[in-house]
Amino acid sequence: MSAIEILGLEKTYLVGFWRKRPKRALLPLHLQVEEGEIFGFLGPNGAGKTTTLKLLMGLVFPTAGTARILGRSWTDPEVKAQIGFLPEQPYFYDYLTAHELLDYYGQLSGVPGQDRKRRIEAVLARVGLTDIKGLHLRKFSKGMLQRVGIAQAILHDPKLVFLDEPMSGLDPLGRREVRNLIEQLKQEGKTVFFSTHILSDAEALCDRVAIIDHGELRSVGAVEDLIASVQGKVEMMWQGTQVPASLKALGAECHVTGDAVRAILAENQQDAAIDALRRERIRLIAITPLRTSLEAYFVEKLQSSPAAENTLGTAVGTKA
Amino acid sequence: MRSSGSATVIAAFCLAVSMAACVLVLRHIDQIRPHATLDDALYISSPKIVKRASLGFDGLMACIYWTRAVQYFGYRHHNHEVSYNELAPLLEITTALDPQLIPAYQFGANFLAPRPPWGAGQPDRAIQLMEYGIAHNSDNWQLYYNLGFVYYTELKDYKKASEAFARGAEVPNAHPFMRLLAAQMAEHAGEFSTARMLWKATLDTNRETNIRQNAIEHLRSIKVDEDVTNLEAAVTRFGQRTGRLPSSMSELAAAEHLPGIPVDPDGKPYVLTSEGRVLVQNPDDFSFITKGTPPGYKPSAAKFHTRS
Amino acid sequence: MTARIIHIARNTFREAVRDRVLYNLIAFALLLSAAAILVGQISIGIERLVVINLGLTAVSLFGVVIAIFIGIGLVSKEIEKRTLYTVLSRPVRRWEFIIGKFFGLAGTLAVNTFFMAIGVFGALLYVVHKFSAPDALILVALYFIILEFFIICSLALLFSSFSSPLLSAVFAFSLFVIGSFADDLRGFAGMAHGLTRWVVTGVAYLVPNFSTLNVVNAIAHQQPLSAQLILQNTFYALFYTAMALSGAVLVFERRNLK
Repeated sequence: MSAIEILGLEKTYLVGFWRKRPKRALLPLHLQVEEGEIFGFLGPNGAGKTTTLKLLMGLVFPTAGTARILGRSWTDPEVKAQIGFLPEQPYFYDYLTAHELLDYYGQLSGVPGQDRKRRIEAVLARVGLTDIKGLHLRKFSKGMLQRVGIAQAILHDPKLVFLDEPMSGLDPLGRREVRNLIEQLKQEGKTVFFSTHILSDAEALCDRVAIIDHGELRSVGAVEDLIASVQGKVEMMWQGTQVPASLKALGAECHVTGDAVRAILAENQQDAAIDALRRERIRLIAITPLRTSLEAYFVEKLQSSPAAENTLGTAVGTKA
Repeated sequence: MRSSGSATVIAAFCLAVSMAACVLVLRHIDQIRPHATLDDALYISSPKIVKRASLGFDGLMACIYWTRAVQYFGYRHHNHEVSYNELAPLLEITTALDPQLIPAYQFGANFLAPRPPWGAGQPDRAIQLMEYGIAHNSDNWQLYYNLGFVYYTELKDYKKASEAFARGAEVPNAHPFMRLLAAQMAEHAGEFSTARMLWKATLDTNRETNIRQNAIEHLRSIKVDEDVTNLEAAVTRFGQRTGRLPSSMSELAAAEHLPGIPVDPDGKPYVLTSEGRVLVQNPDDFSFITKGTPPGYKPSAAKFHTRS
Repeated sequence: MTARIIHIARNTFREAVRDRVLYNLIAFALLLSAAAILVGQISIGIERLVVINLGLTAVSLFGVVIAIFIGIGLVSKEIEKRTLYTVLSRPVRRWEFIIGKFFGLAGTLAVNTFFMAIGVFGALLYVVHKFSAPDALILVALYFIILEFFIICSLALLFSSFSSPLLSAVFAFSLFVIGSFADDLRGFAGMAHGLTRWVVTGVAYLVPNFSTLNVVNAIAHQQPLSAQLILQNTFYALFYTAMALSGAVLVFERRNLK
């Protein structure tokens, strides 16, 4: 059973005061997230990440489409007992203390009385909030609020956790702690769905990612697959200082360092290159597939979309 | 959207049901507390205090008190009450708050002056109210009419009535009947035609339901009185001609060359008694008749007819 | 289900109690009760009348102000500040949220009225030195005032579910004023003709009828109240509150949160 199945969810807003014009925040989205994986939902600001999360949480009603969470309809209130949600830039009742807030949320999530106290202490320790008894939330810093947010998302031990920009407002140390926490959650068998625009985090943590831009899904897949599928370059190193003519003809970049040559060429040229070297009886030292970063993939994906031309066009248009 | 769909349906159902229930309960409550606003209204019976308490929203308060005055009268009249003690204060407060609320003066003229159960029986206060109104609305001929009306109907002071109508006739844009009424008062005060003229004028110049119904009742009663007077005069003439009383109404009608048996405004034939008196069949249907009633007749509860 | 509603109600109550403005308003109302004593001293012979009239009117008016002041933000503030996100991501139904908020606010006002009532009774005791049997009617007046609060709370909540705090305050307060003149509105309807009559009658029935719940003057003059009236008023308040809350739920269930 998939943890999340999004079946064509879409959302169009009507904006404007008198004459309402449609604004498509999310085009029909089809996505599946498996149980036990860490899934990254990536996209630039305003891409539709938060809209998708709000749709899944039932805070906003879709224009069309449905979704299933843990096998049940996303509107089923009972399924909410099994999920946790951290909204973007969370704001909590500032007249409560963290303990009171978590107690309230625990009550609403149906955590039984005796359990609650114990769990609250445990979860606060886990997110690194100590020594805050009696301190009202209005006195919390941004980073502290973020930790409280994560705490309330995992308090009731949900099977599936949704995090919207979990790293925002945290210093590097805090970000590392959250990364560790997310990994721990995976080890506990939970599914984590988090949205972010910080790609290094996604690259480090996620099993699979989806990239969304201007409300449209651009690609989905395992991180390595995505990266590899795009560039697919290899670096070949051979002995000597010669560069066979046929290799030059392939358009490889060659550098001579010491008594070895390094050449970078496309993956599909690999076999031709090996043949060329063999014919010349040149000794091959190594062939290394080149990895690129997710960031490069991301930028390339976004720029290659037809929306990119539109962005430039509409950017001028909307400013007028 | 399934689960939220059912909540929506239930909420809509609750809304409809509770709305209906509210209306029903309110109607129930109305029966328990019919004098409601009135009791509240009159804990402050001094116009000055009310004026101060209304914080400058005099006009609105005047409208509210005016509504209460009409409700008060209507309710009590409907229940055949015999006293309307609060009517004068209510109208006084109304006109203190808004001296230009003409309908209040008209209501006062029609219902403050008459004796109970048709009014409060306070013609002097009615006169006071009219004079107050005239003082604040010197360009309104209707107030002079009301003044003359009170003098004529209740105080039977035909001289003052005539004066009032004459004063009113001087006002620019006065209705032509003002001059006519002044003349009528002076010469033919006690006649049916004068009374009819007056009540018809009231009917023509008022839109308020209670006043109109009252005027209609008076006109009906005048017709009865007139008919009875004429018929009894006919009986006398018959007696002078034949030396005996007519044996029946049809004989009288034939002798007078009337088209048929004379009927009252409700269509019921007049009754000729053996002593030669003419009676109306149902005296109770005509609140203000002074003739055509059997000896020892006591009027029962006054009521307004709705037929004109 | 009930448990969640109770939890939400308790939290709403807690929020109200921790709001400092509440205390200022209560203090002011108590001050007014004390002032009633002074005024009573000046007008000899009607001290009791003044204390009851002024005291109960203060309880009523200040309660309405508190109800509106807190009520208008109940939903709109949560949407604005997005504190609602983490609540609705839990197994809480939207309608439970509304009902819980209502009970929290109504509870706040009931407790509030209790304290202010103590002030009024205290002032009364000071002025007449001894309670008499008709004074028990003051409790009925207070009961009716609490019923008034239920209606106002539900209306404030209704407006809060779709309107900004400022507009909600204006609407709720206007309805309070108009509702106090509900009897006169029915009188107007009775005098009107044709289409106006239908419209005004409709409005007169829709508007909350506070005149029937306002027995302060009658109590002050020690007039008795029929048990039927108490019962019918209770029904009316309950049905009206149910109507407004149903409306609030209807609106809130369909609303896209920002």
